[in-house]
Amino acid sequence: MTETEKMPETEEDLEPVSGWQMFYDDPSMLLFLGIASPTILYTLWGVIEVLHVPLAGY
Amino acid sequence: MATIMATLRNPQDFTTCPDTGLNINKPVANLVKIHILTAVMMLLAGGILGLGVALTRWPAVHLLPSEWFYIFLTGHGAAVLLFWVHIFSVGIAYFFVTTPINARLATPKIAWLSYWLMLIGAAIATVMVLLGQATVMFSAYPPLKAHPLFYLGVILFAVGALVPAFLVLATLVKAKNERTFKGSMPLTTFGVLIWAIIAIFTWVMGAVIMIPTWLWSMGLIANIDPQLYRVIFWALAHSTQQMNIVLHITIWYTLAAVLFGARPLNEKVSRTAFVLYLFALQLGSVHHLLSDPGTSFTWRTFNTSYAAYLAVLGSLIHGLTVPGGIELAQRRRGLTHGLFEWLRKAPWDNPIFSGFFLSLILFGFIGGISGVTMSNQQINMTVHNTFYVPAHFHGTVATGTTLAFIAFSYWIVPLVTRRKLAYPGLAKMSTWIFGLGMGTFALFGMAAGHLGVPRRHWDITYADAALPFDFSAMAHMIMTVAEIGAVIGGFGALFYIISILSTLLGGKVLAKGALPALAEPAGLVAARMHGGTEPQHKGLEVPGSLVLCMVLLVFLIVYYFAQYKYLATIWGIS
Repeated sequence: MTETEKMPETEEDLEPVSGWQMFYDDPSMLLFLGIASPTILYTLWGVIEVLHVPLAGY
Repeated sequence: MATIMATLRNPQDFTTCPDTGLNINKPVANLVKIHILTAVMMLLAGGILGLGVALTRWPAVHLLPSEWFYIFLTGHGAAVLLFWVHIFSVGIAYFFVTTPINARLATPKIAWLSYWLMLIGAAIATVMVLLGQATVMFSAYPPLKAHPLFYLGVILFAVGALVPAFLVLATLVKAKNERTFKGSMPLTTFGVLIWAIIAIFTWVMGAVIMIPTWLWSMGLIANIDPQLYRVIFWALAHSTQQMNIVLHITIWYTLAAVLFGARPLNEKVSRTAFVLYLFALQLGSVHHLLSDPGTSFTWRTFNTSYAAYLAVLGSLIHGLTVPGGIELAQRRRGLTHGLFEWLRKAPWDNPIFSGFFLSLILFGFIGGISGVTMSNQQINMTVHNTFYVPAHFHGTVATGTTLAFIAFSYWIVPLVTRRKLAYPGLAKMSTWIFGLGMGTFALFGMAAGHLGVPRRHWDITYADAALPFDFSAMAHMIMTVAEIGAVIGGFGALFYIISILSTLLGGKVLAKGALPALAEPAGLVAARMHGGTEPQHKGLEVPGSLVLCMVLLVFLIVYYFAQYKYLATIWGIS
C-alpha cells in the first residue's frame, strides 16, 4: 500500500455516528473541556476564595 | 469503532512482534526500554528510602534519628510518587499512542529531550534531599523552605514530564494525517489521550506554583501565601496521581485483551468512564483541603461530594467492564461452571495476570473505598493528618498503580526487547508478595489512623515532648503489623526489580517465544489491542463480575456509614 492510497470504505463508513461519539472522537474539544473544567471549578474558584480571606491585622 | 490500517505506512520504521503480531515503532521500543530502566532504578532508590521510613515508624525498631527520618521520608515521596510512576508512565504512554494504531511517534528527538530533562531534574532534586538541603517532605508546604536547586530540579522534571503529553497529541494528529486509523481510536489509545490532557493541566499547575516558590527560595519574592500554595499545589500533586490511575486502568484493559482476548463489555461505556475521569477526577484534589481554613463549604462539597463522585462512577464502570470482559471471554471458552470458574481457572501463576488482577481488587477495595470515604467533609475530620492518609494512598499508588505497572512490565519488557523474562520464579512471587505486603500496610495503616496515629510524626511515643501523649498498646501493635507489611512488600518490589533489570540488561534474546504463552494466537492479540466492536454482551452473561461488583458496592456503603457511626462516637453531643 502506498502513502497516497486511501483506506478502503467499509459498511461502517455509511453508519450514522452519534453526537456523543463525535464528541469522544474530538481530541481538541476534550482538551479544551478537560483543562477548563478543573481550572475553573477547582483552581480559580479556590484561589478566589483564599484571596477573599481578610488579612489579619498586626 | 476503530478501523486500523492493516498495512503499515512505513514498514521500515516498525518491528513486528512474532508472538503477538503487534507492530512497534522502533524509536518507541528504545524509549520504552530506557524509561522503564530509569523508572525501576527510581523505584529501587525510593524503596530503600521507604524501608528506612518503615523501620523507623515500626515502634520497636525506630531505626533512624529524626533528621534522617525526614530526609528519607522526603526522598521516598519524591522518588516513588514522582519519579518512578511518571517516568514509567511516559514510557508506556509512547507505546499506547503508537502501537494500537500502527502509528509512528511524532518527533522522537523531543521525546529524548524530555527524558533527559526528567532525569536531570530528578537527579538534582534527589541530591538536594540527600544532602539535607530539602527536608520539606513531598508536599513542601511553605514556610518550610528548601534549597533553590531542589525546586529547580522539580521544575525541570515537570517540564520534562509535560512534553510527552504534547507528543501524544502530536502523534495522534500525525496518525490521523497518515491515515493509520479511522473512526474512533482504540480504547487504550483513548486512555492515553485522557492521560495526556490531565498531564497538561497537572504540570501547568506545577509551574504556576513551583516557579514562584523557587523564586521565593532565592529571596526574589518576599512571601508565599501558605494557603494559596496548598490550593494550587494539590492541583498538581493530586492530579499527578490521577494520571497514574488513568494509565493503570488502560493497562487493565490492555492485559485483559492480551491474556484473554477480552474486549470491554461495552467500549462506549468504558470510553464514557474515561471522560468522567477527565472532567471530575482532578476536582477531588479538594479532599486534601477539607480541614483547611479559608475556603467555603460550597467549594469543598461541590468538588468532593458531588463532582468527584462522577469520577467514582467512572471507577465503578471500569471495575465492572474489565473483569466482565475477562469473564465473557472465559465463558465463551467453555469455563461456564458456577459464578467463578472463569476466575478460578485464570492463570494465577502468571505474574502478568496475578499482578493485574490483584491491582484491580486491591485498588478497588482499599484505595478506592478509603478515597471515597475520606473525601466526605464530615468523615474527613476523623482521619485528617493521621496515618490513614498515607495508608490510603499506598492503597492507590502502591497496590493499584505500582502493582499494575509491575504486571505490565512483565509483558512489555519482553515485547520491546525480545528478551525472555529473567528469574521468572522471582517474578511470580513478586506480585503476590508486593500486593499482600502493601495491602497489609494499607489496611493496618488505616486502622492506626482511626486510633489517631499521626501521619508524619517521627516518634509516636512522643519521648521528650513537652506535652506527652500515650497511644494505646493496640496502636503500637497495629503500627507494627502495618510496617511489617511494608517490609514484606519491599521484598516483592525487590524481586520485581531483580527480574526486570536482569531482563533489560542481560535477558536471553529470542527470535520467538520471549513472551509467556498467550490465550490467543499472534495477530489476534494485535486485533484485540486495536479495539472492540459493538457491545459484546447479550443480557446477563457476566454474573460473576456482577457479584464481585455488588460485594464492592455493599462494602463501600457499609464502610461509609460505619464512618459516620465512628464520627458520632468521637464527638458525642450531649
